[in-house]
Parts: sequence; C-alpha cells; structure tokens
Amino acid sequence: MKILVPCKRVPDPDQKLRLNAEATDVDSTALTYILNPFDAIAVEEALCIRETTHPDAEIIAVSVAPAEGEDDLRTALAMGADRALLVEHDAQLDSWNVARLLAAVVEREQPALVIMGKQAVDDDANQTGQFLAVQLGWSQATFASQVEFTETGLRVHRETDLGIEIIHVSLPAVVTADLRLNEPRYASLPSILKAKKKPTEYTTAEELGVKPEPRVRLLSMELVHSQRNCEMVTSARELILKLRETEVIKG
Amino acid sequence: MKTLVLMEHDGSALRSGNGAAIGFARELSDDVCGFLLGEDLDAMNCEAAKFAPVITVDDPALADPVADRWAQVIAEVARARGAERIVATSTTWAKDIVTRAAGLLGGAMASDVIGHEVIDGELRLRRPMFAGAVHATLTLEGLPQIITVCASAYEAPEPAATPFAIEPVAANVTELPGSTQLEEVEGKVGARPDVTEARIVVSGGRAFNTSQDFEQLVGGLADTLDAATGSSRALVDAGIVPNSLQVGQTGKVVAPELYLALGISGAVQHLAGMKNSRVIAAINQDPDAPIFEFSDFGLAGDVYEEVPRLIAELNGS
Ligand SMILES: Cc1cc2nc3c(=O)[nH]c(=O)nc-3n(C[C@H](O)[C@H](O)[C@H](O)COP(=O)(O)OP(=O)(O)OC[C@H]3O[C@@H](n4cnc5c(N)ncnc54)[C@H](O)[C@@H]3O)c2cc1C
Ligand SMILES: Nc1ncnc2c1ncn2[C@@H]1O[C@H](COP(=O)(O)O)[C@@H](O)[C@H]1O
Repeated sequence: MKILVPCKRVPDPDQKLRLNAEATDVDSTALTYILNPFDAIAVEEALCIRETTHPDAEIIAVSVAPAEGEDDLRTALAMGADRALLVEHDAQLDSWNVARLLAAVVEREQPALVIMGKQAVDDDANQTGQFLAVQLGWSQATFASQVEFTETGLRVHRETDLGIEIIHVSLPAVVTADLRLNEPRYASLPSILKAKKKPTEYTTAEELGVKPEPRVRLLSMELVHSQRNCEMVTSARELILKLRETEVIKG
Repeated sequence: MKTLVLMEHDGSALRSGNGAAIGFARELSDDVCGFLLGEDLDAMNCEAAKFAPVITVDDPALADPVADRWAQVIAEVARARGAERIVATSTTWAKDIVTRAAGLLGGAMASDVIGHEVIDGELRLRRPMFAGAVHATLTLEGLPQIITVCASAYEAPEPAATPFAIEPVAANVTELPGSTQLEEVEGKVGARPDVTEARIVVSGGRAFNTSQDFEQLVGGLADTLDAATGSSRALVDAGIVPNSLQVGQTGKVVAPELYLALGISGAVQHLAGMKNSRVIAAINQDPDAPIFEFSDFGLAGDVYEEVPRLIAELNGS
C-alpha cells in the first residue's frame, strides 16, 4: 500500500514577522522555515501504520514549494518516509491550486491513502485536504484524532465542535490530522544522515500538466498589534471592582 | 447577488453562530435565502424563517452530517438556484462540509472572514493568517463565492415580526455517495455553555496541575459568573481538560464580553482564539507574561490563591 503525505514548508511560528516592502507577503529573507506541525503529525501517523498494521506500506512525502522545500522534505525522510517528491513552484498558490497539483501527483502515484495536516499554520486556510478529496472523488475524514484500519476501510475519530465523531470511510480516502492524533517523533542523527541517501524526485506544475488558475487573489497584508493598555491591579477585590465598573460583570 | 446562507444545526436545534453568517450576507445583498439540510427539520425551519426565506432539503438520506453526501446536495441546490454567493459561519462543520461543497463548485473560497469592504463593486475580504499575527485582504475569482465568517465578527440581525416563507426542495438523494458512515457521536459532557456561545469565558492554562484543580478553580469561578470554561492547549495535551475546551488557532475562536485568562502565558496560537474579546483580564504569577500585553486588566499572582479570592469576592463573603 502506498501512503502519500503532503508536506508544507511554513515559517517557524516562533519568530517575529515582518512584511515585504509592498505589504503583499511576509518578508521571507530572515525567516527560518519548518515542516508544518500538522504535516509532521501526518508523517508520524503514516509511520505508525507501517510499524503496526501495514509493514509493506510505502510512504511518499510531497511538497509544493520553491527549491528550498527540499529541506522540509528531508525532515519527513529523516522521520522515516521512504522517498520524496518536490513540485518546484516559486509563486504563492491558493489551496485550490495546491490541491490540483497534489491530485496530479495522486494520479501518478496511485496511493490508497493520503494523510495530511488539517491546516497550514501560515495561511490557516484548512481547505487543501477537502479540495483534494473532492477533486479525486474520494471520501474525506477531516480533523482525525484516531485512525484505525477495518476490513473495508478506516474508522476515524474526528474532533468537532460538538465532541468526538466516529466515522467509517472506505478507501481510497483523504485523512487530515488534528493535533491529538499522535506526537511526532524526533529524527535521530543516524536517520538524518540516512535521509540524505533517500531518493528525492523533482517535478513542476507544467510537467504534471497543471496550469494554475487562481481562485484567491491576495491584495495586501497588515501586521496586527495589540491595541490594549493593561492596567495592573493589586488584588482580587480590585479586579472585581474594575470588571464591575466596565459592566462586563453585573451586581 | 443571490446568496445562500447555510444554517448549521445539531440535529435538534440551530446553532447560535448562524446569526453571523446571516448578518454578513445581509450587509452585502437583499437576495438572501437560508438553506437547511438534514432530517426532521420542521422546528428548525421555522426558527430560521425568522431571519430569511428558507430553502430546505428534509430527507432521511441526510440524517447524518456526512461530508460527501451533504456537500453534494449543497452544490446541487446552489447550482439549481443560481447562487452566486454561499455563506456559513466558520465551525468544524463548515470547515468539513462547506469546504467540500466549495470544491464541487469551483474552489473560490475564503474562510474565517473577519471584515469586508466593497470597492468599485469588488468585494474585498479580510481574514487572519499566521495565527492572527497578520490580517490579509483578498478577493475571490469566479462564481459562486464561498465564504465562511468568524462568529464573533458579525452581528445577527433582529428576527422579523412575521416569518418568511419556507420552501421544501427535493434533492436527488438516490445518487448520493455511500462511502462514508457516521457510527457514533461522543457528545460533550457537562452543563456549562459552549465556549463559543457564552457571554463570559473563564480559561485556564498550564498553571493548573490536575483536572480536580481545574474543575474547582476555573469551573468554580465560571459557575459563579454563569460563564463557559475554556483552556489553552497545554491542558488539552496534558489530558487535564477535553479538546472541546481549547481556545486558539487550532481550537475555537471566541470573542465574549469578558475573557478571563488564568495561568495562561499568551502564546500567539492562544491569542489567535481570544484577542478580539471585548474585555480581557489575566492573572499570571509572571508580571512579564505576554498575555498582559493583550489584556485590559492584569493581576500578578498565583491562581491557586487569587481564584478562590475572586470566587469569595463575587459571592459577597
Ligand atoms: C501548530 C500549533 C498549534 C497550536 N495551537 C494552539 C491553540 O489553538 N491554543 C493554544 O492555547 N495553544 C496552541 N498551541 C500551543 C501554544 O504554542 C502554547 O504552547 C500554549 O498556548 C501554552 O499554554 P499555556 O499558556 O497554558 O502554558 P505555558 O506557556 O506553559 O504558560 C503557563 C503560564 O502560567 C503561568 N503560571 C504557572 N503557574 C502559575 C500559578 N500558580 N499562578 C499563576 N500563573 C502561573 C506561567 O507564568 C506561564 O505564563 C499551538 C502550538 C502549535 C505548535
Ligand atoms: N504547498 C504545499 N505543499 C504540500 N502540501 C501542502 C501545501 N499547501 C498545503 N498543503 C497540505 O494541505 C494541508 C492544509 O493546508 P491549508 O489548506 O493551506 O491550511 C497542509 O497541512 C498540507 O498537508
């Protein structure tokens, strides 16, 4: 069984952002990048599947990114993915067009399962998995916190606003990972070295026969700063007094 | 512009957040219809008809909110009606089902919208990115536009004096996909309001060491204030509180009248979920904790000492 794991390169969330001169994007020059945390969870889940129920599973990490995206694919390889595919693309792409590229990769690789993050922590779109499932005509199981194989498909626990929902989907399917699905492993030094020898293939949108058709046009960005001035109080009593004065608590 | 507002429900009642989607849709167009799908919808249709004319697909085949089936019906009705805009309030239901429907309708979608303006007839939408550290302004290319809005960003309109019409519509349910089944829903336990629907939210962070402490202090204060309880991810990870309490970039986005952050440091991912609350107050033993920068009132202290004092103060003792 093949498992495809889309892996997005995102700015490390623990750094201060600046915008480019035109305020159309973040200024990437001084940023460090990581594998999207939810995608690391997706890689981990694929590894768990190989280690428990499907020892024959082949795990393929795929990223749509500029050439530097190779670094983040190497993270996936060091964790234990078997091989990697970089769809080299420099321009910003919306989730719809990323999904089209991933769908073309799925056509080529014919995996039975795609596991990916529920959300990329840069655009926070939470769309690509659903778009990919629909483009492929596959079932989807979003926001997974537990995945278990059955005779005919997958039983998935989903994190929803109203509690945990348990669904069954037949394969092929797209699963999107929520935070509680697992704890991604850290790659050991030997596996990092070994990852350098694993194969990475390169392709482009053109080679995949996909011409980007933008659905979202980003006009501008703005950094958000706190507008609040914190008034420090010295006791619980004073805090209650202030909250009563502002009328957010009554009585 | 012909607009459909998807109204979410839990099988027995509409969710209160729907008001934001109707409010947003109405600001942009007079041609707004509510759209419900599911089974046994009569009471909910009547509720929805207080705000807009309602189209409803009521069918046993739609008993469970399963993405592939529901998305297909949404897309079918949207096409049949010539809808140019489809709006919903951003929830996990919308992220799952409405996004899939958007995929069937061409993919012109913006999620979690918090503001908009119309310039030369062009709708510009504002949405947070990078855990809310950035607000982006964008436009959508092509029709229909599918937009989800943050519940906290738009106000529900007043209900009309006389209800609007309800129009049942048949969908082609025999052709629906059958590869997904809902097996079970492990609903939330507890009597407190949902964190997205409360006027006051009391949230606890890593400062609380056990579920008992959380329940006694955060829960105790919440009950005194008729509030909902929330938490940072730290407590969800530690298994101290259930996931449904998590506020933040990857949890729920809330904007109550009052948000009380107890023993929460104020990581950007947490701020993403609460920084638009009207009034924010924080208690933290570290006077330099980032949460204070985002608060209106701060108290430097130990939550194990200060929270019992707050409860006592509120109880008038
Ligand atoms: C991809 C990703 C997504 C995330 N999504 C979310 C999310 O949606 N929501 C979220 O909350 N987090 C999220 N996080 C985690 C986030 O980065 C922080 O780790 C988390 O918010 C920290 O929780 P905390 O403030 O409770 O804990 P800490 O950061 O450990 O802070 C605890 C605070 O309590 C104070 N304290 C300790 N003891 C006491 C005491 N007795 N009395 C008073 N104060 C005390 C300390 O001074 C400290 O400021 C995410 C992280 C990642 C990587
Ligand atoms: N450029 C990309 N390359 C590979 N995977 C991606 C890319 N963009 C998004 N994804 C995948 O889609 C998921 C959801 O992303 P988004 O819809 O942008 O929030 C991510 O967690 C990734 O698994």
